[in-house]
Amino acid sequence: MIFTIAHKEFRSLFSAPSTWLILGVLQFIFAWFFLARLDAYLQVQTQLAMVANAPGATVSVVAPLFGTLALVMMMLIPLFTMRLLAEERRNQTLALLLAAPISSGQIVLGKFLSMVIFNICIIACSTIMLSILGLGTRLDFGLLLTNALGLLLLTACYTVLGLYLSALTKQPIVAAMSAIALSFGMWLIDVGSSDSGSAMRALSPSAHAQSLNSGFIFSTDLLFFALFIGAFLFLTIRRVNNNRLYA
Amino acid sequence: MTAPITLSVRNLSRRYGKRDIVKNVSLELKRGEVLGLLGHNGAGKSTTLQMLTGVLTPHSGEIDICGFNLLRQPDLAKACIGYLPETPPLYREMRVDDFLVFAAKLHRVAKNSLHNALAEAKQSCGLQDNGNKIIGTLSKGYQQRVGIAQAIIHQPSVIILDEPTVGLDPAQIRDIRALIRKLGDSQSVILSTHRLSEVENICDRVEIMQKGHLIYGDSSAKMQVYGHQPGFVVTLLTPPPLNELNDIIGVEHVEPLSETRFRVMHTADMNTGAVLLALAAERGWQPQQLTPIKGTIEDVYNRITENEPA
Repeated sequence: MIFTIAHKEFRSLFSAPSTWLILGVLQFIFAWFFLARLDAYLQVQTQLAMVANAPGATVSVVAPLFGTLALVMMMLIPLFTMRLLAEERRNQTLALLLAAPISSGQIVLGKFLSMVIFNICIIACSTIMLSILGLGTRLDFGLLLTNALGLLLLTACYTVLGLYLSALTKQPIVAAMSAIALSFGMWLIDVGSSDSGSAMRALSPSAHAQSLNSGFIFSTDLLFFALFIGAFLFLTIRRVNNNRLYA
Repeated sequence: MTAPITLSVRNLSRRYGKRDIVKNVSLELKRGEVLGLLGHNGAGKSTTLQMLTGVLTPHSGEIDICGFNLLRQPDLAKACIGYLPETPPLYREMRVDDFLVFAAKLHRVAKNSLHNALAEAKQSCGLQDNGNKIIGTLSKGYQQRVGIAQAIIHQPSVIILDEPTVGLDPAQIRDIRALIRKLGDSQSVILSTHRLSEVENICDRVEIMQKGHLIYGDSSAKMQVYGHQPGFVVTLLTPPPLNELNDIIGVEHVEPLSETRFRVMHTADMNTGAVLLALAAERGWQPQQLTPIKGTIEDVYNRITENEPA
């Protein structure tokens, strides 16, 4: 059942021309950043060659690009998650799902899954683009993959946040704006805090993605992501269930 | 043998804030029956139907569908329901076929029978030529058909239709009524409507709802004679004297409408029409036409809803 819903959502997503357009533009922007970053790296490469233990291409090109992509996707994901539940309520199609023999949990998980697969598509395309570097130099695939994993978990957080906000309202645009505002706020907490161990900073998903960005997998970070995603999924399921109680 | 009961509702209640929208509604529906739920706007029809389909949770009451309790075994119970809400729940960007297959999968139609189910539902709703069209490009009537197809694709035992003919043109209304009548032969159908002719034409039974209560329930044939003294208009080409008609057993009052037409009122428990026809044949009155007098369903409806203390 979860897959039935995920499959339908995924197809709906790609039946809209705007999705293709956004994905195309995103890849173009990403390629542009990639080129600029690579150019900058090539300019300092001769100086780097003289330093002992100099950072390689993966650290100086790939990791920062994933950071940039994370920022772009933070703005982008709410545009896709906003429809998930808000539009169902606005078009009164939610009744179809609520009257079907499936649980609210399956509805929410199906929609979440479709977006995660969508995120994976974006991340995979970008990762493949970055792997092209491997043609000219020796890439640190470990770092590349931890970065991809970090981005996947981070985008899953933005997705689940957007999904929850989409469940709160009938207006997709309200869901999108509030999701962007909240994600941006959490990102600001991360970059704005001077002390890396501050409690506020620990609440920000992007802070937890940073160690993955530098190639470390800490169980505390994984736990944070699991808790964040789990908590918002739970809240969303409750919210969808409440449709039956207070519609 | 009586048909099995597919839907049974006991003391269903639902409040919004302190206002009772639906109060103590009890219903029963047998296989092969079409039940019309009549009522003014805001009488609680849609709310009742939403509760029957599990879209809304009742504040109290029990709902059994095909023997499964809707609150305790929701998945089993809901698999037996097909539901068309007031606004058809259609994803406008999807193709008709894709949407119907999605609806079938949601209702657990097995993979190997998907194809047949799709073909059958499209056939029933006259959508054979529209499978590849995008739902948003269809006319309202066709969208409504897709909505109905969505509700019957998994062959549910109970079909719940919320105002299925609103906004359609007369030809479409006729088609959809014929479809509902056909569905009603093998399955149970509940439909809500405020169109009285619909009840007259397709419903076996009527429940009238007002202010969240069911105030009247009976077969739709009986409803049409509600509050009327039984009678008929008879045409006799060679009529006897008036007193001869007056003397027929059960006759209470005869009123000549013209030389050959008479309005005959009789007591409720007698089959006076048959007696009169027998006498007419025997005595050569040349009966030509006998039309029972029945109120229009509008009259009856108004009488019932007005009688009820608000």
